[in-house]
Amino acid sequence: MGKVLNIQPVTRIEGHASISIFLDDSGNVKDTRLNILSLRGFEKFIEGRPAEEVPRIVNRICGICPWMHHLAANKAVDGCFGVTPPPAGHKLRELCQLIAHINDKILHFFFLAAPDFVIGPDGDYTVRNVIGIVRQAPELASKVVKMRQLSHLMLERFAGKSIHPMAGVTGGFSKPMTEDERTELLEGANTLLDFSLYALDFAKENVFSKYEDIIKNLGTIKTGFLGTVDDEGNLRLYDGHLRLMKPDGSYKDFSYEEYTDYIEEHVEPFSYAKMPYAKIWNEGFSMDINDPKGIYRANTLARINVADKISTPKAQEAFEEFREKWGRPVQNTLLYHWARLIELVYACERAIELLNDKDITDTNVRTKAKPKAGRGIGCVEAPRGTLIHDYTTDENGCILKANMIVGTTHNIAPMNMSVAQAAKSLIKEGKYNEELLNKVEMAVRAYDP
Amino acid sequence: MAVRVAEEWLSACSGCEIAILNIGEPLVDLLDKLEFVHIPVLMDHKYYGQCGEKKELDIPEADIGIVSGAVANEEHLEVLHKMREKCDILIALGTCATHGGIPALLNCWTMDEALETIFNTPTTQKPSSYPNEGVPKLLDRVYAVDEKVKVDVYLPGCPPNPRHIVEVINALLKGDKPSLPEKSVCDTCPAIRKGKGNVKKIKRFLENAKIDPNQPIEKMQCLLEQGFMCMGPVTAAGCAIDGVPRCISAHVPCRGCFGPVKKDGNQLLDMLNALASNGVDWKSIVDRKSLLRFSGAHGRLRPTRK
Repeated sequence: MGKVLNIQPVTRIEGHASISIFLDDSGNVKDTRLNILSLRGFEKFIEGRPAEEVPRIVNRICGICPWMHHLAANKAVDGCFGVTPPPAGHKLRELCQLIAHINDKILHFFFLAAPDFVIGPDGDYTVRNVIGIVRQAPELASKVVKMRQLSHLMLERFAGKSIHPMAGVTGGFSKPMTEDERTELLEGANTLLDFSLYALDFAKENVFSKYEDIIKNLGTIKTGFLGTVDDEGNLRLYDGHLRLMKPDGSYKDFSYEEYTDYIEEHVEPFSYAKMPYAKIWNEGFSMDINDPKGIYRANTLARINVADKISTPKAQEAFEEFREKWGRPVQNTLLYHWARLIELVYACERAIELLNDKDITDTNVRTKAKPKAGRGIGCVEAPRGTLIHDYTTDENGCILKANMIVGTTHNIAPMNMSVAQAAKSLIKEGKYNEELLNKVEMAVRAYDP
Repeated sequence: MAVRVAEEWLSACSGCEIAILNIGEPLVDLLDKLEFVHIPVLMDHKYYGQCGEKKELDIPEADIGIVSGAVANEEHLEVLHKMREKCDILIALGTCATHGGIPALLNCWTMDEALETIFNTPTTQKPSSYPNEGVPKLLDRVYAVDEKVKVDVYLPGCPPNPRHIVEVINALLKGDKPSLPEKSVCDTCPAIRKGKGNVKKIKRFLENAKIDPNQPIEKMQCLLEQGFMCMGPVTAAGCAIDGVPRCISAHVPCRGCFGPVKKDGNQLLDMLNALASNGVDWKSIVDRKSLLRFSGAHGRLRPTRK
């Protein structure tokens, strides 16, 4: 029996995971596992709760992306009770989702991932972090701290809370937007757009061109992709329909309501998180890196791969440059970061578009709802991937049963494969060190789990 | 010499860690006085050595330890004990750590009932056994941190108020005893209260509160007096920014996320009492159990006997 290397905890990610690397007698990698260590039970404990309360409970699934769960849940409850938000209510929800995406992308790229590139994959662990960046590149740090804080305060001032929101409500939004609020948010969104363009340029210059070798090879696997597009094939984050792409680039579009025909969740004994896979491909489930079956990925790179275009000009420009350079579909795992920054530009531009829409200040923001028996499926694109909440209510409008497929879980099987690919190509004949093990983690971090 | 800080999350969502980041620029100044020795969300210190070869879990010694999240599995327990052992002062950060928080809603069921539901949804390929290799065993229920180790400072909130985090850390840096608000959300809420109203029954929040959107909260009538369930009377204050409790600022009633006003208070019983003494029929509340949705540890929420 050979040695086992345990990377625990996997750090600079959102959540609890460990990596086990099993070496054979000659010190080569025989097998790897990404263990997902937490199980929280939301599908159980929302049972019996009045459905309109659930968006204020499931936001606690994730403190980094609470708006995503909050809004997917609101959409699902709207479906159960058969209500449609008025146009302004719909737009306010989308606007908040976009600002939350902006906040999340700044957090992930600059606070969690950037230390590997700015300090370097081989940097000492005590400084290879955002605190190290504060000391080493104080100007950059000050800028990103300010911009993340701006997006947080925009949400907090308008919607009450940025973490664990409650302003999305059954049938719409809890308050209309005043003209003063609109002006202030628009100013903020313009500042964030400038920053997003700076961030993309910064990353192209300091990350993507500097680390080409890592980008080409680290964690690269061959899979399909899942994301949301509109009827014209534009990238969408808030609504649209789903598009599932095969590794060869062919794809099929379907509505949220059809998700159970396309996706099934596989369970492995080493992970509390389930592993969604493409049931519709009729090939079963396998994480063999040379011959995967049913595996697709979600999150930024997936959305950029499945989209034909982006509806906003600066993001479209960045999208075209990316597609020209890397093709379609792009399989390089580290390019999740590049795709993330393209989405950052889109989220800013789309927020500005909504804030320039005069109807957003309409005071009719909520349709009154009546509790009843029904089923609703709510879907949004969360930063970490397609998020699905599916609720059934009883005649009192309380939850009878719930099914949730959370963004990150789509990538659990792919992350396992990227870990295997990275470990096998980096660790040979018993030679390993901190830098190589950190590189294995970098393959995980790209997915922003 | 900088004060050493270790931070850990247990059954948590990372909202508390984001609340730390939401301190914003003052955090950058604070960093001169603090040395983070362990904080998994931001920093790569590993439990079993940086190359994962050690047999025993370890966390560096620290002057201040911060723990967020409830205690739900054996790994949480091991990490928590190590934090207590290595940190001079232990702060329970966030309502999951202080009162169980949302994760403790699971205490309404047994772990077997929970697993049966979670691994039996319409899209799940039902496994022959539940995950049991390399994943920590679940405890019998979800616990608050002080049910397992001694806690020195309680800093509730879901999420906690970044300002309190700074105040507590600054107080500890000076060697003072940190102090937090002792009032209720109601005591700090500027909405208009006219006294005993005509409310006999509690309505579900299915329509918006009555308020002129161009007017401040000072012009809005209390949401309880508008007939909505609002847990302001029985919830610890602290969420307010610019003088208005957070949910109220968005015209939404309070759900109790800072936990009870007194540490050992019972938000369910206290709320029913408050309603009854105002002549409101408490039986009109649908799902009374969920008044404990933020404070279900300490044996408050239990499985229903069948």
